[in-house]
Amino acid sequence: MIRLPLILIFSAVLFSAGVYGVLARRNAVLVLMSIELMLNAVNLNLVGFSASLRSLTGQVFALFVIAVAAAEAGIGLAIVILIFRNRETINVDEVNLLKW
Amino acid sequence: MVAAVVRVAPGLTRYAWVVAVLPVVSAVATLFFGRRTPGRGWIYGVSSLSAGFLLALGVLWHFVQGGAPTSASVSWFQVGPFRTDLGQYVDGLTAVMLIIVTAVSLAVHVYSIGYMRGDSRFTWFYVVLSLFSAAMLNVVIADNLFQLLVGWEVMGLCSYLLIGHWWEDKTNSNAAIKAFITTRVGDVPFLFGIFALVFATGFTTSNIQHIGQMVARGDLSGTLLLAAALLLFGGAVGKSAQFPLYVWLPDAMAGPTPVSALIHAATMVAAGVYMIGRLFQVFIHADHIVLTVMAVVAAITMLASALLAMVQDDIKRVLAYSTISQLAYMVAGLSMGGAGYTAGLFHLFTHAFFKALLFLCAGSVIHAAHSNNMSEMGGLRRAMPITFVTFAIGAAALAGIPPLAGFWSKDEIISTAFHQGHYALWAVTLVTAVITAFYMMRVVLLTFFGEYRGSGHPHESPSSMTGPLVALAGASVMVGFLNATAFNVHLFTEWVHVGAVEHEPFNYGFAAISIVGALLGLAAGYQLYGRWREREPLAALGPAYGLLQRKYYLDDLYLKGIVLPIRDTASAGVDWFNRSILDGVVHGFALTARGLSAVVNLFDRTVVDGAVNGAGEAAGAVGGRLRYVQSGRVQFYAAILLFFGIVGVVVVAVAVSR
Repeated sequence: MIRLPLILIFSAVLFSAGVYGVLARRNAVLVLMSIELMLNAVNLNLVGFSASLRSLTGQVFALFVIAVAAAEAGIGLAIVILIFRNRETINVDEVNLLKW
Repeated sequence: MVAAVVRVAPGLTRYAWVVAVLPVVSAVATLFFGRRTPGRGWIYGVSSLSAGFLLALGVLWHFVQGGAPTSASVSWFQVGPFRTDLGQYVDGLTAVMLIIVTAVSLAVHVYSIGYMRGDSRFTWFYVVLSLFSAAMLNVVIADNLFQLLVGWEVMGLCSYLLIGHWWEDKTNSNAAIKAFITTRVGDVPFLFGIFALVFATGFTTSNIQHIGQMVARGDLSGTLLLAAALLLFGGAVGKSAQFPLYVWLPDAMAGPTPVSALIHAATMVAAGVYMIGRLFQVFIHADHIVLTVMAVVAAITMLASALLAMVQDDIKRVLAYSTISQLAYMVAGLSMGGAGYTAGLFHLFTHAFFKALLFLCAGSVIHAAHSNNMSEMGGLRRAMPITFVTFAIGAAALAGIPPLAGFWSKDEIISTAFHQGHYALWAVTLVTAVITAFYMMRVVLLTFFGEYRGSGHPHESPSSMTGPLVALAGASVMVGFLNATAFNVHLFTEWVHVGAVEHEPFNYGFAAISIVGALLGLAAGYQLYGRWREREPLAALGPAYGLLQRKYYLDDLYLKGIVLPIRDTASAGVDWFNRSILDGVVHGFALTARGLSAVVNLFDRTVVDGAVNGAGEAAGAVGGRLRYVQSGRVQFYAAILLFFGIVGVVVVAVAVSR
């Protein structure tokens, strides 16, 4: 059995990679993928604690997160397609009309 | 039948108060239901006074039987140890007065049905008429001073209301005010007289009979008694229109004529004389200077007003001055002490009937001729035979022609004056009797004889008016015989007397002098006025005539000497007060308010508005700066979110770890 601290460290690294992707990437698809990384880092945490505490709550919660992540990915990609159709670009720093 | 009455009669005196309450009831009934009653409400007053008159006859019957005075009372109010009752004292005088008041008031009530027909305030007139009678009846039955005062004052009010009945005319309302204020000048001493009497008893009683007994025993201090008597006489001078307060009475002619009859015969002016009679013990046991003052005032009044009566053109004013003069006879009679007591009050009794008759006749004449002025009358005896005959009877009674009522009573006063040694008073009464006959002859001739000089079409008055005239004329003929000393009849003396009853033998010599005097006056009147002259024959008197025309300048003196200075001073004072004090206060308030509102305004504009606007502007300015944070770059938002998320985590971590 993998020890909990190792799981948490891996999860933190994965989350940090996701955060970096969300903040630094210009491509909206990559931003969405980075969000997926962060969600999965959270899932890893939940499952790790679930195993460690011998409680199924964390695993059930992880299933919910996966369902929400699927829906979010669906909506996110649909938005990206619509933006692309309108603006011919999916660079997030060029989509900045909603300001001031 | 007679036996039954005899048994019942003493009981009736216990119900004398009902006579006084009845008109109150009718006044209230007329006030509330009068307008809805057919005929507009005279029925209440007439029926209550008819009942009152019958009851008064029943009360008198007790004294015809030789009954003793009775009294009854209930507790009214109590101030400390001083108790005042609401009660009645019924003796012969009360009974006689009840007869006078109810009879004359009833005649006036009936007469007014015709006289006041179509008046816009007909119902109100009847309300006040009934109230007036009630007030006088209350004065008559009152057994204590305060109850008497209540009736006395209510009468003042009612006379004001009735004299000013046609107040739309400024003259009438002025006359009403004059009557009210002039009698008030007398009422103030009267009130203080009552206080003095009650004070003299040591605040033990206000009962008139008790006071009378205490006075007779000599329990009261002489000085206080003298003061009380003089003050009370002041009240009588105002109410009974004696010199120098008689000026209101001729002006009171502004009221409707039935009111004049009521005021002059049965109520208002009779109250003063009656009050002296009621409180007679006080007057005769006080220092004799009181009686002297009364005699002097009476002498001045009777002669002065009789002279004024000679020169009046207004028929009602002649009668008004004659009333003053006759009232002075009564006061003169009373001023002779016990000997003249009966004579004075007998004159009050007879005078009530023939003076009411004369006034109602005058009203009938005025009703027909549409004028008060005798210069616009003349020859009315053909058009108005009933009025003429009844007026002639009244005039003859007033002039003292035997065997009419006025002769017996006036002759009694004149002869008593001589017997008691008041020779000056005797001379004045005799001269006044001559003048009285003279001016009554003048009135009769100017009004009923000669050619008609007015512009109307005179006609006899309706039966509701002539009925009372005939009844009163009958009374004027008859009532004198109640004390027809020539025939040894002394009924009135037995009912109304102080001390032992003494029958003064009838002296044909004095009667002859009186009769000759009266005839002399009549003859002189006929000589001057038998033929109508455009120019007033008395104008030949020159300056004296002018003096009479100007009423001795007494009215002018009061107006210029008292009324105007007081009024001007008062109005100047009020004006000053208005301008400096009231206006100052008002303006001060305004200035203060303006100053305060300036401060409030400043506060509003700077602090309140500053806070409101400042908040808005501050929010705008902050927002203006902060909006650049919203750059539209989503990743920037996420970075901020991350930053504060980390800060939050650190803070929580630090807080938890501590």
